Amino acid sequence: MKPILEISDLSVAYRAEGGDVRAVEQVNLTLHAGEVVGLCGESGSGKSTLAYGATRLLRPPAVVTGGSVKYYGNRITQGGHPVDILAQSKKDLKALRWREIAIVFQSAMNALNPVLRVEDQILDAIRAHLKMSGGEAREKAATLLDLVGIPRARLRSYPHELSGGMRQRVMIAMALAADPEVVIMDEPTTALDVVVQRDILAQIVELKETLGFAILFITHDLSLLLELADRIAVMYAGRLLETGSSQEIMRDPAHPYTRGLLNSFPSLHGPRRDLVGIPGSPPDLRSPDPGCPFIPRCAYALPSCSEVDMALDRVKGDSRPDHLTACPVVSVSQEGVLS
Amino acid sequence: MRALRNLWRNLPVTAKIGTILLGVFVLAGIIGPLLVSNSPGYENASPSLSLQPPSANYWLGTTQSGQDVLSQLLSGIRLTLELALLVGVIATALSVIVGVTSAFLGGIWDELLMLLANVFLVIPALPLLILVFGYLPGKGQLPTIIVLSALGWQWGARVIRAQTLMIRNRDFVAASRESGEKSWRIIFFEIIPNEVSLIASSFVNTVLYAIATSVALAFIGLADLNSWSLGTMLYWAQSQQALQLGAWWWFLPPGIAVALIGTALVLLNTGFDELGSPRLRASRGSARIAGKRVWATDPTPVIPHLAASPSRVSAFMHSFSRSSLLDDTPAGGELR
Repeated sequence: MKPILEISDLSVAYRAEGGDVRAVEQVNLTLHAGEVVGLCGESGSGKSTLAYGATRLLRPPAVVTGGSVKYYGNRITQGGHPVDILAQSKKDLKALRWREIAIVFQSAMNALNPVLRVEDQILDAIRAHLKMSGGEAREKAATLLDLVGIPRARLRSYPHELSGGMRQRVMIAMALAADPEVVIMDEPTTALDVVVQRDILAQIVELKETLGFAILFITHDLSLLLELADRIAVMYAGRLLETGSSQEIMRDPAHPYTRGLLNSFPSLHGPRRDLVGIPGSPPDLRSPDPGCPFIPRCAYALPSCSEVDMALDRVKGDSRPDHLTACPVVSVSQEGVLS
Repeated sequence: MRALRNLWRNLPVTAKIGTILLGVFVLAGIIGPLLVSNSPGYENASPSLSLQPPSANYWLGTTQSGQDVLSQLLSGIRLTLELALLVGVIATALSVIVGVTSAFLGGIWDELLMLLANVFLVIPALPLLILVFGYLPGKGQLPTIIVLSALGWQWGARVIRAQTLMIRNRDFVAASRESGEKSWRIIFFEIIPNEVSLIASSFVNTVLYAIATSVALAFIGLADLNSWSLGTMLYWAQSQQALQLGAWWWFLPPGIAVALIGTALVLLNTGFDELGSPRLRASRGSARIAGKRVWATDPTPVIPHLAASPSRVSAFMHSFSRSSLLDDTPAGGELR
């Protein structure tokens, strides 16, 4: 598979009184064409900052302090060199956003303008990013609603006349307006109940299959990702702790933090067991301690953990090339089970 | 002290300029009259001192009758500011009392008080003032203050009533009522703190109105012409043909002073707005990050190595910028 978006060594800081908050530290993450990558972590772990920092959508006081974000989309590169989003001008970025990389924002409640009809908002997006006549644009808006399964008559509705699920679908439709290569979804289903959530996820997968875009799916719900994502990246305190296919993450979680996450929700199969959460709370990102940020909460922590460089590496004893972890302590034992 | 410093930091640039400008005038009004040796009304009989342009002895020149313009200006600033601030306090207090009472009591009281406010709203203030002053026996400061206050509260009262109506229906007010708080406590501790920025900006507006109106009244002679305010200065300059005589030093200083005080108040008012609703601040304007100006709509800047903080001068200038909210640069600008 060819990469479509390659984030390497990206660091983002928020300037703040009493020191910069290093919300994202040297994160490497690659998104391949047509793939769903799930990014999960608890609140404040830097998942959204990573996604918005990579697309340079963060407002001051945020600063990208290093790294590169390469975009390989054919429409822009024409088969040549990838473009570095971090080096692009405001104008180039405008051409790139929505057309190439679109975002479905977190709360459809706030992202839709309450005084504009759904149609006008979709048309706004189409007009800003595509050259189309009025009639074509209208037709496009209607097809977009078809895509996400909302009746065309709803074009004339105002956001408050739609249910939460419909609003979220409208947001997805808008993101797809310019046929993007990459769609970043920032907790698109967090505010919805599980039934609607399931509907929308099914819809997303279907759309991905037909339109062929790649998805970076941000959520704090690991169980949801296990079902949805091809690959999962686990983030904590601004760093990636583990990446791997959802199978690998589910069966053989390598990082103690991932294990903690997996242990905090019940499994539908297998024997009943007591749920174990992760005690403690995330560290202050202003003055991080050296080494692994998870040490204070980790049951496996060794003195040597404070010298870990947090680079992602293969799990010790594991032969699979894509299952990477930042934890050098955990390894695969003789029986092939992680210990 | 720390709270004050934080407040200063949080003010937008416009409000900082307004504060400094107004501070200069207040200072001039307080200590200015003590610094000049000539009393404003002293008429120098020597014809050689009549209508002199600015010189070393008379920094702002002299009037037709040999009076010191600088001395008049400083006394004028004092008197005008005194009057305006008093009117501001009285009228704003009236508008808070009427507005909050009206919204809080509701029903017939609301109707009556708002009827009163509406009547005052449609009264054209300046013509009425001219009429009133035409019939008043004395024309000193006191009647001016009373009349201006009586005619300056209605706008604020309506705005504060509207805001109180809104806050009164919020859940936290309902909660404090349920928990048995007394009405006065709800008003003073739950409602009014939420209206501070509104009250402050209403106060500033009223002061502005008082300055403009009192100067206008004095200019047409409806004031105590024996006292020295910015308005009476303009009155004398006009009645003794300063403009025709080309004595710019006579009418320009009071005019500019009025304009600058007005500007300062308007700038200050925008500051109160933003202080009251921090969202205003976040959604526009720019920050300075590592020497680069970044607007809210700009792409996130890419700065590989964040620079250490700047020199003393730029650190001082930096304190005017929005980004000074973001980093805790010590006043001297030492390296972090």
